[in-house]
Amino acid sequence: MTTTHEAPANLAQTSEGAQELTSRDVIAAGERLRELGAVLRLSESEALDAELDAVPDEETMIINMGPQHPSTHGVLRLMLELQGETVLRCKPIIGYLHTGMERTGEDLTYLQGPTNVTRMDYAAPLFTELAFSLTVEKLLDIEVPERAIWIRMLMTEMNRISSHLLFMATNGMDLGAVSMMLYGWREREEALRFLQEVTGLRMNHNYIRPGGVAADLPDGWRDSILRLLDMLPQRLDEYDVLMTNQPIWRERLQGIGAISAEECLALGVTGPMLRSTGYDWDLRRDMPYLAFDKIDFDVVVGSFGDCFDRFAIRLAEIRESMKIVRQCLENMPKGDYRIQDKKVTPPPRARIDESMEALIHHFKIFTEGFKVPEGEAYVAIESPRGELGCYIVSDGSPNPYRMHVRAPSFVNLQTLPHLMHGNLVADAVAIISSVDPILGEVDR
Amino acid sequence: MADEAAPTGAGDTEVEATPEVAPEELFGVLLTRSGGQLVVHPSREQYPKLLRTLHDAGYHMVIDLCGVDYLTHPGRTGVPASVATERFEVVVNLINHKERARLRLRVQIPVDDARLPSAFDLYPGTEAMERETFDMFGISFDGHPDLTRILMPEDWLGHPLRKDYDSGRIPVQFKGAPANRPATR
Amino acid sequence: MSSESRPSGGLLESGLEGLSHNFLTGTLEGLVKWARSHSVMPATFGLACCAIEMMAAGGPHYDLSRYGMETFRASPRQADLMIVAGRVSQKMAPVLRQIYDQMMEPKWVISMGVCASSGGMFNNYAIVQGVDQIVPVDVYAPGCPPSPETLMHAILTLHQQIRDGELTRRPGQGAGIVIEQVGAAGSTPVVLGRN
Repeated sequence: MTTTHEAPANLAQTSEGAQELTSRDVIAAGERLRELGAVLRLSESEALDAELDAVPDEETMIINMGPQHPSTHGVLRLMLELQGETVLRCKPIIGYLHTGMERTGEDLTYLQGPTNVTRMDYAAPLFTELAFSLTVEKLLDIEVPERAIWIRMLMTEMNRISSHLLFMATNGMDLGAVSMMLYGWREREEALRFLQEVTGLRMNHNYIRPGGVAADLPDGWRDSILRLLDMLPQRLDEYDVLMTNQPIWRERLQGIGAISAEECLALGVTGPMLRSTGYDWDLRRDMPYLAFDKIDFDVVVGSFGDCFDRFAIRLAEIRESMKIVRQCLENMPKGDYRIQDKKVTPPPRARIDESMEALIHHFKIFTEGFKVPEGEAYVAIESPRGELGCYIVSDGSPNPYRMHVRAPSFVNLQTLPHLMHGNLVADAVAIISSVDPILGEVDR
Repeated sequence: MADEAAPTGAGDTEVEATPEVAPEELFGVLLTRSGGQLVVHPSREQYPKLLRTLHDAGYHMVIDLCGVDYLTHPGRTGVPASVATERFEVVVNLINHKERARLRLRVQIPVDDARLPSAFDLYPGTEAMERETFDMFGISFDGHPDLTRILMPEDWLGHPLRKDYDSGRIPVQFKGAPANRPATR
Repeated sequence: MSSESRPSGGLLESGLEGLSHNFLTGTLEGLVKWARSHSVMPATFGLACCAIEMMAAGGPHYDLSRYGMETFRASPRQADLMIVAGRVSQKMAPVLRQIYDQMMEPKWVISMGVCASSGGMFNNYAIVQGVDQIVPVDVYAPGCPPSPETLMHAILTLHQQIRDGELTRRPGQGAGIVIEQVGAAGSTPVVLGRN
């Protein structure tokens, strides 16, 4: 590590010791290969290691990016060893947003669980709520009414649209197309307006709860969606003009941060990152949940596994989600928006005045919570970032005994050393942006 | 009568349980079902070999690896009777894309010897997951390239998700006392 | 009167009275405060969900640009205002303090959201219960997350505070709280906040 001046006094306070990227001679061989991004290319790893050795220490510099930096991906800290502008090694350091949500989940009841998990992936909160609710319903062994299933599908696909628009906006801004930030937010506001109309909140909705959803769709929801569906396609075409077909955009993204399907599988990567390599896997179609087997949609798959493919996949997924939303609109069944099991879902407010039993159930459910039989379950869904799973161990009490969320961004971030190696520092921002991490679910 | 299963090898060797008492086995390891999901219970010694077998059988991705602390749990029913339960469990979820199948592994880990062989060599994607399990529970993984804390600061003491680690809640006035939640948690 | 209200001949003949319509007068204090409140540059300190709403406030719908605040300075050296948007974890706390110290005087802090103001719904080992344990806060904006309108109200309140406040503020050096984690003998204490 080359420093030509004294380290600042507050370095000690913000140093994370062994978690940081240290000079090459003091780390173990396995970790060195990992930071080199060579752990997967077994045949080449020796060659890469030798390449690294050939670069003398004086020619490289270890720099720190973050945890506070202008990229809008949250508090991710990256330590890079650079030779000039080329990245040799990379180590992401996370934990700057660790909130103890899994611990908090053990203190909250199952009904309060969605308020906690929704704040993990704050760009697509309804997905984590859905994973949690599906797991609890599996433990309870109950079935949610048809209408609730279709409402959940509708709302989560709207959330996928707003999450991908957020990706478009931040990806554009990170690469310098700052006007994309404004366009992305403009469209996202429309989607958030719809979500606010239905759930009451723009973000962190606590809408999908075990047993169904919190409230039925309001009157006029069809018109709101149709208005959105009419407005979006031509805006997406504008993005195509602004970004997809533009030579500078292509030069900055094509060929950058390429990964292969075997590497993705070995690293546990799912979602648009996996699909960008050409591997055709989408939980909605391959292991369907909710009513996705009754819906007709395409799974978008890339070919080169580079940043451009990931961008194009997410843009195309917005269009696919619009297709799904339209089908939900047409096929929305009538019925209950939540299961009528009195032990699980609270009674309608009006009945509380009439029936003592309803009052008692309401009281019990909201103070003590409903009891879930002992067991354990894991349910996974396809979130905009990949496979989002929830593993709950229950013990017969109203609180989860252990709640663990399998966050896709946490696992996808492991690809960073691999993607960064050999690329320039300017590409580092493009690569992080294309992985699309949300640090809330990385750190939980 | 327990061991009537075929030896470990490639391919499924699932034995149907006879009406009396024989437990099911999958890949030579005890199998249970949890709400329709398949769960196997390898011992710590069986774990590395089982992972290799599963990798060859098409389970190419480890979806998730996490720990559970059963210190204050009233009693687990999902574990076969012949498996000695310990305080910690490491739960590994794998997926087989070709057969669209999931499999869960539950390995019992005693608290006084909290170690498990690392899955990093077979599945590099477990690197961050094992670090998180180490950070939150104190379970070490032998063969992991860089077993350091990942979520907590470097000099933090203790392992937060253990049941005997206090949640660190500061009592807040004007709210109902924490007693309206089960205080034992 | 009309022939003399607009004397011709310029300054030398009529003096400064003729140019009174070209001058604005005010106190030095008022002018400095007006300049400060109308050109606040926020520093990017978006941590979690509140960061998304902060970005939405900068977007076209809610438009912070009408206050001259849409440019979030990445470097704390160029920023006046730190909007702590999101939950501050134990690992992030020293970094927060370091960024705050790197800002130039005069500087202000808005604590956006309940997690920054008081720890929010996360009353546990991992979250600092209120960012005012680390940095002095001027305005608290409640909400989980506060909608962009709430954030703008907080910003306008801050502008009002700047205009009503003192010119030469000497804000404290932080709360002066040292938080030590009690552990085994020989452990290093985890220190937050500077004395």
